[in-house]
Amino acid sequence: MDLTLSPSEEEFRDEVRAWLEANHPGPEPEAGLDEVMAFRGEWQRKLHEAGWAGISWPKEFGGRGATMIEQAIFAAEASRQEAPSPANVLGLAMGGPVVIAHGTEEQKARYLEPILTGEEIWCQGFSEPESGSDLASLKTRAVKDGDEWVVTGQKVWTTFAQYAKWCMLVARTDPDAPKHQGLTYFLLDMEQEGVQTRPLVQITGEGEFNEVFFEEARVPDANVVGGVGNGWAVAITTLMNERAGLAFGAISQIQNSLGRLAKLAQETRSNGGTAAEDPYFRQRIAQLYIEVETMRLNAYRGLTKTMQSGIPGPEGSLGKWQWADINQDLTELALEIEGAYSMLARGSEHAVAGGAWQYGFLRSRANSIEGGTTDILRNIIAERVLGLPRLR
Amino acid sequence: MYFDFTDEQQAIKATAHEFLGSRFKSERMREIAASESGFDASGWKEMAELGWAGLALPEEWGGQGLGTVELAILFEEMGYALAPSPLLSNTIVGLVLAVGGSEEQKERWLRPLAAGELRGVPALVDAGAAAEPGMFAMEAAAAGDGVVLNGEKTLVLDAASADLLLVATSDGRRHIVEKDAEGVTVIPEVSIDLTRRLSSIRFDAVRVGPEATLPGEQSAYLPVLHRACVAIAAESTGVAQRSLEMSVAYAKDRQQFGRPIGAYQAVSHRCAQMLLETENSRSAVYGAAWAADAEPESLPLAASMAKAYASDAGWRVPDAAIQVHGGIGFTWEHDLHFFLKRGRANAATFGSAKWHREQVAAAVLAGESAPASA
Repeated sequence: MDLTLSPSEEEFRDEVRAWLEANHPGPEPEAGLDEVMAFRGEWQRKLHEAGWAGISWPKEFGGRGATMIEQAIFAAEASRQEAPSPANVLGLAMGGPVVIAHGTEEQKARYLEPILTGEEIWCQGFSEPESGSDLASLKTRAVKDGDEWVVTGQKVWTTFAQYAKWCMLVARTDPDAPKHQGLTYFLLDMEQEGVQTRPLVQITGEGEFNEVFFEEARVPDANVVGGVGNGWAVAITTLMNERAGLAFGAISQIQNSLGRLAKLAQETRSNGGTAAEDPYFRQRIAQLYIEVETMRLNAYRGLTKTMQSGIPGPEGSLGKWQWADINQDLTELALEIEGAYSMLARGSEHAVAGGAWQYGFLRSRANSIEGGTTDILRNIIAERVLGLPRLR
Repeated sequence: MYFDFTDEQQAIKATAHEFLGSRFKSERMREIAASESGFDASGWKEMAELGWAGLALPEEWGGQGLGTVELAILFEEMGYALAPSPLLSNTIVGLVLAVGGSEEQKERWLRPLAAGELRGVPALVDAGAAAEPGMFAMEAAAAGDGVVLNGEKTLVLDAASADLLLVATSDGRRHIVEKDAEGVTVIPEVSIDLTRRLSSIRFDAVRVGPEATLPGEQSAYLPVLHRACVAIAAESTGVAQRSLEMSVAYAKDRQQFGRPIGAYQAVSHRCAQMLLETENSRSAVYGAAWAADAEPESLPLAASMAKAYASDAGWRVPDAAIQVHGGIGFTWEHDLHFFLKRGRANAATFGSAKWHREQVAAAVLAGESAPASA
């Protein structure tokens, strides 16, 4: 057992740290999404030039070929320094790895480079209004027409669809086959007549995600990934292939939030002293620190296990569940510490910390829904980790 | 970065799992729980032969010289088996002697403790006083070249089987008192946990010679408290793990409305929650055990985190297990109540979850940074 970094890992961390300190552009502008995306695009170009985009991708495809521990170190360090996200998060984390794992040589030559540079943004067309957690029930149809497919249907919760060039689309190509077998994975060009995007406004007032309508949109046969009828397998490998980086980035982010929470408590008057002196808040703050530490240690235990076996296990679901719980608890506690001032939001003169916690509280409501609801994660854990029987 | 056991550590775990599983089957555990003293002499002898009495004690004094990680591995298995044994209290006295005793004291007491030939138990909490770590009311009144002790210690673990008492006094010193010394009276208490008995001990003008007062000071014993916290948190993790396994097995087997109850999300999600708490507890314990051996400056915070978390999980998980089992889980006949009681008693031993959370709050709110991310 050794919970410290080896000398070579430490050297890597120092290299990452120094590069980020010298290059990352500071916080994202407090502006509209267009400006934020332009800012993230600029940052991704910088990352790419220095070889940090596609850190997990094999070198032959333009990535860095970093080990899992190196991916974890990079993500943790980038989050610790609060570096912005790159513009093409979904392309880097999912699109590229799918093409690398299942794509043809032509597809690899065509798609990978613009993902890395951020020149082409990717979005993910999986969920539908009638198919959320039960993804395999999706109804969007693709019908063969010569050497093309004609796509009709609707997708929803499609993050950054309004900026995307390519959509990772899962559509039903055989309505008579069992639901998991009649699906095909396509790369669909978003810049065409048959595709309409409508932003959905979130409870934060922002519009990160969209509804996407396909009316006889066209996809060439050459854009099928992994073969007709294999869409479920292709989609699931990328969903399952939990990238070491994501978890460690999220943990660093929460550690930063904890530090801010402690500061908020120290600066907020409560009960004749500060909130940081109030025994009730002290207990709750301590509990959050403890839970974040257990999450961090779980992630390292999981990483060691994955490095031994080569495959991430279903235990990864525990971490995502716990992350959502903690993030929600943390922002709830911040509002409780703020007391009546917690009613004021961004833009208000008297809002505490510029309304950042109000935004965080609202945004974190999605944490137990996005990327697998906590309820579905509990099912996965019950069935696949504990071996309990399935209800369905 | 490698967060798993070495081959040697795996071997310790496997040996402990196998030995404890065969030695403390339900009937035997119940026999000991129902006995007058609660002490299993033959089990102790076997554990001593395995070297467990001195597992984490210095080799120089006959121990195995292993670390806190190995200690945590062993105690997780002790909790899993719910083995009634004075191993924990004996280990603590050994660790205290190792850090605070003189050479003569180590030769006289640590060596036989490490060999399992003598058994020692700490007597720390003063009757009627707040049972918080590090606070002692009993005075060590000077008498000749030694001291004299008057008062009553309570919540003493495993006193029935003890030969030696390690007594803490208000000056922060520790004294070795033989249990059969003049003026010492052991009064068994009625403990909720029948597999680990508690006693009160009266001291009526008990004379302690200078050879029996340890030269160490209070601050020297803090790392021992932290190791004890890690060990008992490991034990609670084992208690949680076993309760979880019993629940999962029952939920697969028990049928209602034509299905195994584990197919219902009300039950399966409860089991998932039990797993989450058990795994968190385990990670916190291993992290703190590693800190004890490799990064002692992180131990105080890590130990309090582990003890706080495992204090809660150690009784909440068996509590949830009783709910999964329904009526049968509430019967004396089912073993679950023994696990609930051990978990609940552990939660209150060596500082409650609340006390340890306050230690964490003091550290993180005083501007000390959170545990460094690697």
